[in-house]
Amino acid sequence: MTALLREWHRFTPLERFGRWFVYLSIVAALVWAMRSVEVIPEFLIDAPEQMMDLLVRMWPPDLGYYRMGVHEALVETLHIATLGTLFSFILAIPLALLAARNICRSRTLNSFAQLLLVTSRSVNSLVWALIFVAVFGPGAAAGTFAIAFRSIGFVGKLLAEALEEISPGPLEALSATGAPRSSVILKGAWPQIEPAFWGVALFRWDINIRESAVLGLVGAGGIGVVLDDAINFFQWDRVATILFAILIIVIIAEIVVTRLRARLI
Amino acid sequence: MSSFPIRSRAFPPNWPMRLIGVLFVAYTLYAMSRLDLTWARFSIGMGEASRFLARMWPPNFTRWELLAEGLIESVQIALLSSALGIILALPLGLMAARNLAPKPLTMLTRGFIAFCRSLHYVIVAILFVKAIGFGALAGIAALTIASVGFIAKLFAEAIEEVSMKQVEAIRATGAGPAAVILYGILPQVASRFLGFSLYQLDSNLRNSTLVGIVGAGGIGGTLFAAFKRFDYDFVAAILMTIIAMIFLAEVVSGRIRAALR
Amino acid sequence: MSDRAVKSGLVIEGLVKEYVPGKLVLRGIDLALPAKGITAIIGPSGTGKSTLLRCINRLVEPTAGRILLNGQDLVPLRGRALRMARRRIGMVFQEYNLVERLSVMENILSGRLGYVSFWQAWLRRYPAADIERAFTLLDAVGLPDHASQRADALSGGQRQRVGIARALMQQPELLLADEPTSSLDPRTAVEIMELMTGLTASTGVPLIVNIHNVDLARRFAQRIIGMSGGSIIFDGPPETLETHHLRQIYGGEDWL
Repeated sequence: MTALLREWHRFTPLERFGRWFVYLSIVAALVWAMRSVEVIPEFLIDAPEQMMDLLVRMWPPDLGYYRMGVHEALVETLHIATLGTLFSFILAIPLALLAARNICRSRTLNSFAQLLLVTSRSVNSLVWALIFVAVFGPGAAAGTFAIAFRSIGFVGKLLAEALEEISPGPLEALSATGAPRSSVILKGAWPQIEPAFWGVALFRWDINIRESAVLGLVGAGGIGVVLDDAINFFQWDRVATILFAILIIVIIAEIVVTRLRARLI
Repeated sequence: MSSFPIRSRAFPPNWPMRLIGVLFVAYTLYAMSRLDLTWARFSIGMGEASRFLARMWPPNFTRWELLAEGLIESVQIALLSSALGIILALPLGLMAARNLAPKPLTMLTRGFIAFCRSLHYVIVAILFVKAIGFGALAGIAALTIASVGFIAKLFAEAIEEVSMKQVEAIRATGAGPAAVILYGILPQVASRFLGFSLYQLDSNLRNSTLVGIVGAGGIGGTLFAAFKRFDYDFVAAILMTIIAMIFLAEVVSGRIRAALR
Repeated sequence: MSDRAVKSGLVIEGLVKEYVPGKLVLRGIDLALPAKGITAIIGPSGTGKSTLLRCINRLVEPTAGRILLNGQDLVPLRGRALRMARRRIGMVFQEYNLVERLSVMENILSGRLGYVSFWQAWLRRYPAADIERAFTLLDAVGLPDHASQRADALSGGQRQRVGIARALMQQPELLLADEPTSSLDPRTAVEIMELMTGLTASTGVPLIVNIHNVDLARRFAQRIIGMSGGSIIFDGPPETLETHHLRQIYGGEDWL
């Protein structure tokens, strides 16, 4: 009877070997990381208690502090995020046009634009902020440029992708009328990517609100400066107020972006 | 009203849009004046930038041991926080999916996930540094929270998009709730879950190079120290290493995600 | 009613279903079906045929009434007892409802999920007898070489064959089929009906099939139930189904 029974396995032996290999490498990597990372056991055991202690010291938040500087810093953060997004577009649009292979026919220029976009994306906004603080000195100007330079890569990449996906028909038709290249792009390509364009702008603005809140930690302006001061002076009730303010502005930005996006599409 | 020759204007003016445009330009000018962004400042900055770039070149790799040490710690932070985040996100995602879990549970879980996402990981890292001390542990904790927020949210959304017909068919066989999830839901979302996890590992690699700036371990600490000491050639070396690693990770995870599809 | 005396087969008494309070989809269905043979339910779309079938295996909660399968009332069952009842009832769906990213074999074996433990299901450690039975069914539905293909690689007719095999894998006491041929071309539809009637006849499982196509119903069923507006308005063998019945069930006459 048993000889008649057919066997069934979910995977072929090779697939099973592959799976085990992947599982094993993941486990090995984790074990390696766990064994050699410098975690002090006393800290680990202590952590929940310390976190609770911190939360207790944060409560109740010093809400009166909001009018004594937090508000101004919050508005500055909003300015940094908005201007940073705007500036990033000024540089990202030409780079996106150069990077899109159906708009710019030169392979060299494509690769060059891509390289600049990748570099911009690979450096975090906080690192950009460190660089611009070294260039402009501490303050909101450094923050604005940090946000702008981090956003160029993101915006440029998405715009270039949107450009590469447009249908070539309208461009061809406009070129056939004898229109100059710039007019072809304005009247043939722009209408096709306009929804994507505004979508990217809103998306990045939302991210930049979050990012600009931390730039002050390295002296690049905004609410992060106030947060850093409060933390350094162990004024935890003020820290709580600032965190609430950040939380609320982030949530409001997200709601605004979702609403506007729904109307765009 | 109808007496106006509407057809004669090919491009009727869009007054609301014009108004928005004018307001936006006005805001931009106002904000620039508030932030003290002037041309004079910009041109001074340009001069500083060229000096800065000149001091960065050539990058100085003589302290490569310090660099490697920081980089390895960053990778370890990224690996551990991704693993913890993925493990925690799996049940949370199931609990947050409105087509699976009862409403009070989804509301509670969604609130928790939203909380995890709302604060920037660097801020979370500072809080952990202050609470549990300097070092990699704070970085791991901060990035774990960020990972949970990201993966659990997308995972819950993916579950809510599954075809309920397949789920219904499995339920009709008399399978229990766990088996329904295992056969009806997970096969539909497994590849997307893996995709989210890989993406998060990728971003944790980037972010783990940064949490060191606030003392939460990894190469960020080395970088920040170099900045403070104006060791700009070492800064250049660190930045180039970080960019190379991120670029490599992006290529590898892009390949894996393409293969999963 | 005398139906109470029936200990085998399916007995439905006073079945009422309303999705929205006050809007009755099923208006008190009374029905007794023997423990074998093929029953076809015909009627216009939206008349409650699907709801009736789904009430039987409780994918839809009945509002009132009793459903007795071989003497056991299914309506009050909850949790584990409900799952035990469901695994006695196989179901074939209009759009096949296969788990598309699983292989054909895994789909068929999912018919055993009511029998095996969670761990067995997870690790795919099904009893050898189940696997043997799955291969037999795969042969029986005419897909002997498709075991390791993924379900989304199959054609509509092939998918429905897998759907039938999955339902029969449960070794059901009753098979429900909800418009099993509506998504298929006419020839495949006949093949699927032949397959289903043949397999249920050979295993002695009664089959209830919702069907749009009156000709298929006449050809394959021993008994036809005509529904309209949530009530049964015809019940009898196919020979007695006349034009005036169809007019009454579907309304109008131009189409006849």
